[in-house]
Amino acid sequence: MIEPHNVEIKVNGQLYRGNVEPRMLLSDFIRHELDLTGTHVGCEQGVCGACTILFDGQPVRSCIMLAVQADGHEIRTVEDLSSTGPANDLELHPLQDAFWQAHGLQCGFCTPGFLMTLVAFLEQNPQPSEVEIREAISGNLCRCTGYQNIVEAVSIAAQSMFGEDR
Amino acid sequence: MKPAPFEYLAPDSLSAVVEIMSENGDDAKLLAGGQSLIPAMNFRLVQPMLLIDLNKVSELDYVISNENGELRIGAMTRQRRLETDPTIARQAPLIAETMPHVAHPQIRNRGTIGGSLVHADPAAELPVIMVALDGRLLVRSNSGERWISSSSCFQGIFTTDIKPEEVLIEVAIPPMAPRTGWSFVEFARRKGDYALIGVAAVITLDNSGHCIHARLVYLNAGDTPIEAQQAAAVLINEKLSPALYREAAEVADAAIEPTANIHASVPYLRHLSRVLTVRALDQAATRAMQKIQ
Repeated sequence: MIEPHNVEIKVNGQLYRGNVEPRMLLSDFIRHELDLTGTHVGCEQGVCGACTILFDGQPVRSCIMLAVQADGHEIRTVEDLSSTGPANDLELHPLQDAFWQAHGLQCGFCTPGFLMTLVAFLEQNPQPSEVEIREAISGNLCRCTGYQNIVEAVSIAAQSMFGEDR
Repeated sequence: MKPAPFEYLAPDSLSAVVEIMSENGDDAKLLAGGQSLIPAMNFRLVQPMLLIDLNKVSELDYVISNENGELRIGAMTRQRRLETDPTIARQAPLIAETMPHVAHPQIRNRGTIGGSLVHADPAAELPVIMVALDGRLLVRSNSGERWISSSSCFQGIFTTDIKPEEVLIEVAIPPMAPRTGWSFVEFARRKGDYALIGVAAVITLDNSGHCIHARLVYLNAGDTPIEAQQAAAVLINEKLSPALYREAAEVADAAIEPTANIHASVPYLRHLSRVLTVRALDQAATRAMQKIQ
């Protein structure tokens, strides 16, 4: 019998304390223990990028990390991007809004992974070229859009988040 | 697609890791970045009884330049840091330039230099770069430390000279000789994919522009990084020229043993190797020439 381990993880700003079996993947922990089902699990082998989250601020694939490894660390998932507006309505993150404007998604399965990858990317590179955007999303697979609208969404987001006339 | 059960330990010191490995080396597996190990565990290709997580051993995450110009990199240094660290960019630019070819940013945020080296995937870039730069690997066990040259470390697919109870702790790269140029080129079907084939070249010239040192090391061209010594010998004592690059590329053809796959036949891979060899030698020699006064 494998003993569970105590973990203390900051998830979207809130502290979580609990027990996890060592073999539980971080992606399963996020979805099944925390009920944060915005993080999607595609390939479970680190190829598709759908499960990308921010781990201490850096995008990583949560399906090839163990939940127990997040002990003492901070994770952010796609649920943390939007905020509640003054009229208690949902306000999309500028990047989410740009995906909506540019039709950067169709089925939406890959979208959380793209968003979490790109939030960190835009912080590091607020004025990316198309080549840099395509390189940034090289680790995320999308089977619907052909990527063109995603690239456009990133350009729109960069302008709205960091452009001069915002 | 879930790992089989295992016991998990996350010690926070190297001495504790070495102690645990001396008692459990045969049943235990060290977890570095986990970007190859955890997928293999998800597939249950690897089922360790005990997983020892190195991610709390912060003493293994460092980049130091010695007074004699030797670069020393801790085994748990992330690949992302290899890509961005100014000391590495200055003293071993071949490492920094090669990193963008290693998978994707999300992977490089977790993946480590030590993990990639001990995994010894013949399609991986870091083992090839270590051989090209004549790097050495420092391992520690309960019976002490020893250095392994990169040319003798890689013994087969996923197989190194490191013993089960030994822990890789550091990589040392000798200082770059004056008038040295470098290049790494590979061909992958998509950005971040495993390359079909690739090559690293390092060239050192004397003051008159004659080649005094050359090294060519191939990726995904056999079971280990393949060093083409006879091809490099073609260049020694010569004034370099495109004709010589082509000759070296022809000689290197005998050293490599690429295997056919769904994307490429062996003749195609050999053709690709010749093309990439000429490009790598041209870039390395051009950079070395620029350093001659």
